[in-house]
Amino acid sequence: MSKQNPQLDTQGNLKHFLTIEGLSRDLLTEILDQAEGFLGVAQQAVKKVPLCRGKVVANLFFETSTRTRTTFELAAKRLSADVLNLNISTSATAKGETLLDTLRNLEAMHVDMFVVRHATSGAAHFIAAHAHPHVSVINAGDGRHAHPTQAMLDMFTIRRHKQDLSRLRVAIVGDIMHSRVARSQILALKTLGVPEVRVIAPGTLMPNSIEESFGVRAYHDLREGVRDVDVVIMLRIQRERMNSALLPSEHEYFQLFGLTEERLSTAQPDALVMHPGPINRGVEMDSQVADGPRSVILEQVSNGIAVRMAVMSMCIGTQNLKIQPAGDADG
Amino acid sequence: MSKTEIWKDADAVNAAIDGMADDLKALIAERGIENPLMVGIHTGGVWVADRLHERLGIADALGHLDISFYRDDFTRIGMHPQVRPSYLPVGVDDRHLILVDDVLQSGRTIRAALNVLFDYGRPASVILATLAERGGRELPIAPDVVGLHAQLDRNEQIKLSGPEPLLMLRGKTPRHASAKSGPGSETAQKSSSHSDSGPT
Repeated sequence: MSKQNPQLDTQGNLKHFLTIEGLSRDLLTEILDQAEGFLGVAQQAVKKVPLCRGKVVANLFFETSTRTRTTFELAAKRLSADVLNLNISTSATAKGETLLDTLRNLEAMHVDMFVVRHATSGAAHFIAAHAHPHVSVINAGDGRHAHPTQAMLDMFTIRRHKQDLSRLRVAIVGDIMHSRVARSQILALKTLGVPEVRVIAPGTLMPNSIEESFGVRAYHDLREGVRDVDVVIMLRIQRERMNSALLPSEHEYFQLFGLTEERLSTAQPDALVMHPGPINRGVEMDSQVADGPRSVILEQVSNGIAVRMAVMSMCIGTQNLKIQPAGDADG
Repeated sequence: MSKTEIWKDADAVNAAIDGMADDLKALIAERGIENPLMVGIHTGGVWVADRLHERLGIADALGHLDISFYRDDFTRIGMHPQVRPSYLPVGVDDRHLILVDDVLQSGRTIRAALNVLFDYGRPASVILATLAERGGRELPIAPDVVGLHAQLDRNEQIKLSGPEPLLMLRGKTPRHASAKSGPGSETAQKSSSHSDSGPT
């Protein structure tokens, strides 16, 4: 592979959106700025703009998802694209078709964009590498690797409340080890210039050497970790971790790492509480916090549509650009 | 535009807006319209609308439209780098609208703006007021109120500079105007310039 970022075309425009890694602060800021414009579409009587009319977007979900898939679907529909929802786990691959054959068949239907969710890290990159040059791929979560649109909608939500990201302390709490969301969030926060990113987790769910490799501060105590922070991002605890001996029990996790109003009291008075959903009430946080005045969890969902519209339209817009020699254009 | 000169100075633009305000008042009276809603198109149209809104003493706040999501050249040149959210203070259903832009040329911006408005509701009527009007129409769109009429060659361009003072600039279009240009360039300053003051 070349040194060129596989997500960008030769002019540096976003063609695929696979990971935050390697994207510039300017590009991430452009995504956030474009999303601001799309936020207003929800206020229109007709909640649609004709930008991607005639384009076909296929949601390829190899892993179940409700929120991510529906917000991607709604984002595509608000851009006037046509949407195919493929629940692959119950369709072709179950009948023995390979991933590439599924891909070729969809391309034969003239699909312009694939939105991919897969349990294997690197799946979206693989599809992007093998798809036709005119097709864009958006990663909607791959294994433990990345979930870049989730990270961007979180950045968007933070920016709308805090404006200046360059003075924030942000804490991410939960299963840092297995979380693609955390990985993308850390990269996005660092790229956008957030000076202090903390990760808070039990020892069994904290990767070794995360401080050195990601430039974050690691805490094993929730109270200490959220002190003076401006934003607390809670991660979802997956029930299967309980069975694999990494966590003792939901009850015990909540006793140590569950967010309550009392534990939040050391954070900044106007600290935001975020969660990518779905919430396990009484595991990651109690209802008082989840439904409390500092929670922006439902706002994250609405913002997710605008951010996904921004990413999808930027990628689709790039597909049609004629690469022009410098100093020339379609005059 | 390369090499620009002032075509109409601040006083001339101001006088043109005064004239537009008078014409609008007369037109509104003639049509029996009460309480119109004024909407400017980003960016120059908003500057002009701001002044007309004050001169006409319109009750509802000024609306702003960004037409970037309704452009007809998205599939050719991609996303516009600077999209501002559209804002309408109240619903447009059954309201009489005054749509304001700075320069009318091809008519494509107005086509897009009408589509935006109709996605917000069903207005009772729409009046089109433009500060300047020139040849080069590509769609059957005509203004109701015009401040300045420009006689220009095909390769000449006019452009509103603002917000303070408002000046009309005139210049020759470079043989190849860059379609997709970064922030800070001319196309970035006005979202409609791709269609109404640039060559296609």
